Amino acid sequence: MSSTASAPVQATGAAARPMPGTLRLFWRSFAENRGAVLGLAITLVLIVLALLADVVAPHSPIEQFRDYFLTPPVWEQGGTARFLLGTDDVGRDVLSRLIFGARLSLLIGIAVVALSLAVGTVLGLLAAFAGGFVDVAIMRMMDIVLVFPSLLLAIVIVAILGPGLFNAMIAVAIVTLPSYTRLTRAAALSELARDYVTATRCAGAGPLRLMFNTVLPNCVAPLIVQATLGFATAILDAAALGFLGLGAQPPTPEWGTMLAGALQFYQRAWWVLAFPGLAILLTVLAFNLFGDGLRDALDPKLRR
Amino acid sequence: MLRYLLRRIGMIVPTFVAVTFLSFMLIRLVPGDPIEVRAGEHGVPPERLAEFRHQFGLDQPLWKQFLDYEAQLLHGDLGTSIVTQDSVLHAFFQLFPATIELSVCAILFAVLVGMPLGVIAAVKRGSGFDYGLMGISVTGASMPIPWWGLMMILIFSVAFGWTPVSGRISDAYFIEPVTGFMLIDCWWSDDAGACTSAASHLILPTIVLGTIPLAVVARMTRSAMLEVLSEDYIRTARAKGLGGARVVVVHALRNALIPVVTVIGLQVGSLLSGAILTETIFSWPGVGHWLIESIQRRDYPVLQGGTLLIATLVMLVNLGVDMTYGFLNPRIRR
Repeated sequence: MSSTASAPVQATGAAARPMPGTLRLFWRSFAENRGAVLGLAITLVLIVLALLADVVAPHSPIEQFRDYFLTPPVWEQGGTARFLLGTDDVGRDVLSRLIFGARLSLLIGIAVVALSLAVGTVLGLLAAFAGGFVDVAIMRMMDIVLVFPSLLLAIVIVAILGPGLFNAMIAVAIVTLPSYTRLTRAAALSELARDYVTATRCAGAGPLRLMFNTVLPNCVAPLIVQATLGFATAILDAAALGFLGLGAQPPTPEWGTMLAGALQFYQRAWWVLAFPGLAILLTVLAFNLFGDGLRDALDPKLRR
Repeated sequence: MLRYLLRRIGMIVPTFVAVTFLSFMLIRLVPGDPIEVRAGEHGVPPERLAEFRHQFGLDQPLWKQFLDYEAQLLHGDLGTSIVTQDSVLHAFFQLFPATIELSVCAILFAVLVGMPLGVIAAVKRGSGFDYGLMGISVTGASMPIPWWGLMMILIFSVAFGWTPVSGRISDAYFIEPVTGFMLIDCWWSDDAGACTSAASHLILPTIVLGTIPLAVVARMTRSAMLEVLSEDYIRTARAKGLGGARVVVVHALRNALIPVVTVIGLQVGSLLSGAILTETIFSWPGVGHWLIESIQRRDYPVLQGGTLLIATLVMLVNLGVDMTYGFLNPRIRR
C-alpha cells in the first residue's frame, strides 16, 4: 500500500541514492518517532558502556576504599573528583558499580528474553500446528502461569531454586513465557490459513520446515516488539527480586541489589539510593520507548 | 447467559486443581525437609523422625498425599504457620483488608487522575500537553517501584517531614479493628486525630502503588478516546450544535469507558505484584509484606497457603471481569 504510493517519489530520488529497501523504509517510519530514536540512542550508549566497562569505569566495582565511606558526589560538599557519584557504605565507587551493573542488566535482559522467546516460540508453534489436545494443554498451562501475579510466581520459583542471579533469571523467564507463547500461536494460526502455507504444504514440505521456514519468519514482527518490551520487564523484575534479596547477591553490582544495600543508609546518603534506581529507570524507559517505536514502525495497520 | 456462566466456571475448575497441585508441590520442592525443620536441629533419633513422618502422612505415596491435601483444602484448612502456629487462612483474612484498602486507594488515585488527563490529551492531540503526558506515562510505566517508594520517603517524609515513613497509623492511636479497613474503622470510632493519621499514612503508598496503573489508565483513556472521537456519531453530535464539553464527556467518554474498565480489571495481578513491593517498603501490614516475611523466615506453609489464596482470588476477579463483560456485551456470550 505505502510502497505503491511512494514509488514515483522514490524513482526521482533514485539517481541520487540507492533505491530504498525495506530497511530504509522501516528506518524512515521509525525515525519519525523521536522517543523511539532517543530510546535506541540510550540503549546503544548502555551497550557500549557495558562492553567497555573495564576501560570506562574509574575503579573496580568491588574495591573498597577504606578512607572514603559514604563520600558524597563531587558537586556536594565533601565530595571528591575521585568518586564522581560518591561511594557507598564500604567505600566502593558508585559510578563504577553502576557501569558494571549495566553489563549485568543487559546480560539479564538478553538471557531472559532469549530463554523465554525460544521456549515460547516453540510452544506457540506446537500449539498452533498440533491443535487439539496439545493446543489445549499448552495454552491451559500458560493460563495457569497467568493466574499468579508475576512477581509472586517469580518469588515462589526462587524460593524453590534458591536465591541468586541465575535462578532469578530463570524465574523471570518462566513468568514472561505466556506472552510469547500466546503471541506466536495467534500469529501462526492466522498465517496457517493463508494460501502460501497450503501451497508449500502441497509442494511436500515437512512439518518442521513449515513451522520454522515458512510460518515463523512471517510471525517475527510482533515477536521482535514483544522481545524489546520484554527486555524492559526482565530488567525491572530482576531488579525487584534483587531488592527483595532473592536475586543477585552482594557484592555483585546489580542495580536492584544495590537498592537493597542502600536501605540502611539512604536517609543520610541519598546518592547510594538515587543513582542505581535512576539507572534502572533510564534503561527500562529506553527499552520501552524503543519497543513502542518498533511497534509503530513494524505494525502495517498503523503505518500510513 | 447461564450457559456462558456455567461454561466459564467449568473452565476454571481444572485450572484451580492445577494451581492447588502447584502449591502442593511447592512445599515438597522447597529446600529443607519439613519434618527436620519442625523437629529442629537437636539430633532427633531416626525412629522419632519416621514417627513424625507417619503422623503427617509424609510416608504415603504422592498421589495419596495430594488427595489428602485437596480434602484438607475443601475443609478450609490451608495449613499452619511454623513460626506463629497461627492458621494461614485466619492470618490471611486478618491482613487482607490492609492490602485491599491500599489497592482500592491506588486504583481510585489512578482513575481519578489518569482518566481526566487522558481525555484532555486526546482532545488536544498533538499538543505539548499530549506529548508531555505521554512522556510521563511511559516513564511511570517504567518505574522501579522499590526505588520510587524510597525516593518518595526520602523527599516527603525525611526532607520535608510531611508524611509518616511507614505503617498504617501512628502508635498514639489504638483503633479497634471492626472491618479491618483503617479509614472506615477510624471514621466509625469518631476520632478525628486517628482519621488524619490513618489518611496521612496512606498518601505515599497510594501514590507509589498507583503510579503504574495511572500511566496505563492515562494511556488507555487517550487511545480509546481518540478512537471514539473519530466516530460518525460524534460528528453528528457536533453537527447538531452540541457544545464541545458535552460531546466529549457525554457522547465520547461513555463509549470510551468500556476498554478502560477492562484494562483496570486486568490490572489486578500486576497491582498485587506492586503491592508486595509497596508493602515491603512502607512496612504496610498487608498480605504482600506477610509473604515476603514468610520467605525470610522460611515459613513455607504461609508461602504455600498465601500463594494459593492469591491465585484463587485473581482467578475469581478475572471470572468477575469476564462475567461483567459478557453481561455488558452480548456478542461475547455465544
